[in-house]
Amino acid sequence: MNSLIYSNMLRFSVLVIFQVLVLNHINFLGYINPYTYILFIILFPIKNTRIVFVFLSFLMGLTIDFFSDSGGIHAAACVSIAYARPIFLKFCFGTIYEYQTIKFNNVEFGSKLLYISLLTLTHHIILFSLEIFNISNVILTLQKTLFSSIFTIILSVLLTVIFSRKT
Amino acid sequence: MQQIINFIIRNKTFLLFLLLFTISLTFTIQSHSYHKSKFINSANFLTGGVYNSVSNINRYFNLKSQNDILLQENRELKSVLYSSQNKNDTSFVKHYADNKNYKFSTAHVLKNSYSSTKNVLLINKGASDSIQQDFGVITSKGLVGIIDNTSKGYATVISILNTTSKISAQLKKSNHFGTLTWNGISPYLVQLIDIPKIAPVMVGDTIVTSGRSSIFPKDIPIGVINDFELDTAENYYEINIRLFNDMTNLEHVYIVENIDIAEINNLLNNRNNE
Repeated sequence: MNSLIYSNMLRFSVLVIFQVLVLNHINFLGYINPYTYILFIILFPIKNTRIVFVFLSFLMGLTIDFFSDSGGIHAAACVSIAYARPIFLKFCFGTIYEYQTIKFNNVEFGSKLLYISLLTLTHHIILFSLEIFNISNVILTLQKTLFSSIFTIILSVLLTVIFSRKT
Repeated sequence: MQQIINFIIRNKTFLLFLLLFTISLTFTIQSHSYHKSKFINSANFLTGGVYNSVSNINRYFNLKSQNDILLQENRELKSVLYSSQNKNDTSFVKHYADNKNYKFSTAHVLKNSYSSTKNVLLINKGASDSIQQDFGVITSKGLVGIIDNTSKGYATVISILNTTSKISAQLKKSNHFGTLTWNGISPYLVQLIDIPKIAPVMVGDTIVTSGRSSIFPKDIPIGVINDFELDTAENYYEINIRLFNDMTNLEHVYIVENIDIAEINNLLNNRNNE
């Protein structure tokens, strides 16, 4: 139990530092940045109580907001996907989730990809609509969502594959 | 009563979600209005410290290009200085005498972003260097932005690449002035609106600050006209301006302080009260 807390604390700080110091400066083609810090929310252990999880996700988003001067857009997006995560889990993993026995390291690759993509897309849509905050710029919002999502999904999958411990 | 408590306990996750979501929405809406993001900004001890230590390392990688920019600026200043002495040109003397109401100080850019629609810079001067809100920030090439929040050692700058920023600008060759805004698309192009139809607008004309806002001195270069068109009502021009500054590569900036700003504001307030 203790090692779980420590590993999540470590993951929290490493992802924040990595996001803020490296990923926010990629600016691929001028404006495309991946937001891989949501791996914290994607990989958070399922057995923990939801109330702690929602609060920690809020804290994660707020930390990123502090670093990137963006008001509360990351916090809002993070809280939303954290609250909605059980729905996505049930949709992607079905019965394994019902029995509360998911180990992210040894689930099927296809359903893991689907799960990561759905959470990322939801997060990015909320993030960019709040950032642009203007209905007349809907095309810009969708464009940013699409391109950043592709980037984030690829990077997230790569990171989970690289850092997975086969047990 | 029992039922209310039961309801709260049953829906505690949803209520917490609602509370946190409202808090973050409030912060978001605050950040969308100019000069309102008091709480969430990177000019604090922790984030400023992190950015400062990383910037100390990053600075070495840009030494060459930054040296070139500084050399170029020195060359321009030298040529102004010596040509004004030789020719005894009174217009130069007058120009620099006019600008004595402004105090300049230097700063380093610690964090720069240009990919979002609300770009904010972080610089390493703050309240302890007597930097306050509404001071202007420029480089040797042109305009950068306006100071927003300050902490003890750091300050955030609302860049001109921010959809909430509005700065008064004018054509260099005539005195027609308008408002400088940004549509959030290209970091190299900003928009000048509200220039009347009668103004002589040509592609390639220089745009400078107008000096009407008491933040920036007059005649700070901004950019050249890239293209222009009339707005839907056909009374005003909407002009795309190509910036002189490369906003994606900023390191040394100057902070402009108008010494007379208190006096000017005082006068304007008196006028409004009467």
